[in-house]
Amino acid sequence: MSAIRAEKTRITAADATPPGVVIDCRIDKIYYGDFVAVRDSHIPIEKGKITSFIGPSGCGKSTVVRCLNRMNDLIKGFRFEGRVRFYDQDVYAPDVDPVIVRRHMGMVFQQPNPFSMSIFDNVAFGLRLNRYKGNLAERVEHALRRAALWDEVKDKLKTNGLSLSGGQQQRLCIARAIATEPMVVLMDEPASALDPIATRKIEELMVELKQKYTIALVTHNMQQALRVADKTAFFSVDISQDGRTGYLVEFGDTRQIFEDPKEQLTQEYIRGEFS
Amino acid sequence: MKRFEQFSASDAISGPPSKADYWVDRSFRTVTHLCAWLILAIVIALLWQIGEKAIPAIRDYHLGFLTSAVWDANKDQFGILAEIWGTLYSSILGLIIGGFFGVVMAIFLTQDFLPPLLAAFFRTIVELLAAIPSVVYGLWGIFVVVPVLRPVANWLNETLGWIPLFSTTLSGPGLLPAALVLAIMILPTIAAVSQDALRLVPYRTKEAAYGLGTTRWEAILRVLLPTASAGIFGALVLGFGRALGETMAVAMLIGNSNQITLSLFSPANTLAALLALNFPEAGKVEVRALMYAALVLLLITLLVNMLGTALMHRTSKALGVKTR
Repeated sequence: MSAIRAEKTRITAADATPPGVVIDCRIDKIYYGDFVAVRDSHIPIEKGKITSFIGPSGCGKSTVVRCLNRMNDLIKGFRFEGRVRFYDQDVYAPDVDPVIVRRHMGMVFQQPNPFSMSIFDNVAFGLRLNRYKGNLAERVEHALRRAALWDEVKDKLKTNGLSLSGGQQQRLCIARAIATEPMVVLMDEPASALDPIATRKIEELMVELKQKYTIALVTHNMQQALRVADKTAFFSVDISQDGRTGYLVEFGDTRQIFEDPKEQLTQEYIRGEFS
Repeated sequence: MKRFEQFSASDAISGPPSKADYWVDRSFRTVTHLCAWLILAIVIALLWQIGEKAIPAIRDYHLGFLTSAVWDANKDQFGILAEIWGTLYSSILGLIIGGFFGVVMAIFLTQDFLPPLLAAFFRTIVELLAAIPSVVYGLWGIFVVVPVLRPVANWLNETLGWIPLFSTTLSGPGLLPAALVLAIMILPTIAAVSQDALRLVPYRTKEAAYGLGTTRWEAILRVLLPTASAGIFGALVLGFGRALGETMAVAMLIGNSNQITLSLFSPANTLAALLALNFPEAGKVEVRALMYAALVLLLITLLVNMLGTALMHRTSKALGVKTR
């Protein structure tokens, strides 16, 4: 793992986390090497809501969500300036191990990525990792039920997770992510590799899941954001300083972003004038 | 093939391939097919000819050949149980040692523990091990490994002699030096094939492990190794196949004594060493027996290699990746 040190965090009373906000993400700059990938963006993620991240490709929406649970630390040259507060904990504090952060935020990826092991073992993975001592089978069933997959797999829990269809695999990954009851689930374009029917299922599932979990959703599909998200962050790319730096253009309630955008750029994007 | 030209514009550049193009295409295909079938033909011919030469001995000794440990050319009594035992024992020992280090090496070289340049350097070094001639390994074994092992072995024999593994002293050549040298000889194969298996694990699988909050070692032990397990198993089987057939170094180090013993320090014999050392002076009857022994060795190695290849294909299928 490359040596990553968060820049000295500047937490003052003025920017204390507002109530109801689970993750308060304030980005000054995200670097990959010398390249500034994202700048000047502030996104508060509220409890029990789906916050979607939309914008043209290359705008850094994925990078932003992946910096919440420090997944980007795996990439060489990644450097974060700003601060991410998870409740009142600074995620990038020098004494915080990224591994611990990731255990508290579940993540679902663009490509379904179940492990090459049984369906049961896939869901039980996080439980075993955290040395869960209780009833494993009960937890696994619970997670699979909540991921709306139980009925389809209850008779074949021993078969390899990779034998499922793409949509089922993605729901298995969701079950795996929520089995340890994280407070937050980060979803990085979870439906973009799926067909429309599987996508619909995942969307219904997300709405179901927000009762219990806070969800951050990256999507390239504006309609998806409109269908499921409570809050929407619109990012765009700034190509002025000969680079491609993403930044937050507008953040607000999803309805407001889609029906009454404040920014010119948001309007153009929502109208489909660029993508 | 003028059929399509009537639809094209007058300045169209598209046209049919020439007769020569077709000819080259066809002959290339024929040659590749021939080469592929030739390999199969050679394997079959090899099995056939050795089998044919072994038939008289098979008729004389039947399966008793496999269960007798006497090899006495003067009395025309031949059996290869001791050699089968020695072959399997030395190879399994070599496999345990070489397999462990080979897999650890593969993890070390593929999981970003080293800067890329240094990793490439180490990879080359490991591959170089495969280029050292077998006879050099044998000499090294005699002049370096045996003298180094002897005091340790004899100390073990004195203090822990009641354990069957240490029940004899090491007076020179023996199973352990042979197995150690075998381990080093099969290490490059195991390391190389295991590296391929580990590299086949898609990045998204690793990402999933990290996303769940695994440490690096947890990701390797709980996800990476199980995912690549069939491929690594294939690597071990391939290494085992090499160990079974290795001749020169083993013949120089194993002591060529028809004993069936658990002791690591006792001299023993292997099929390959038996063949190499007995052929030059064998009479007609002994040659037939040697042919039978050669057939047995060939069948054992073929079986082991086929198993390894089949298992490797199963990993790639399980992962849903196409290897070729």
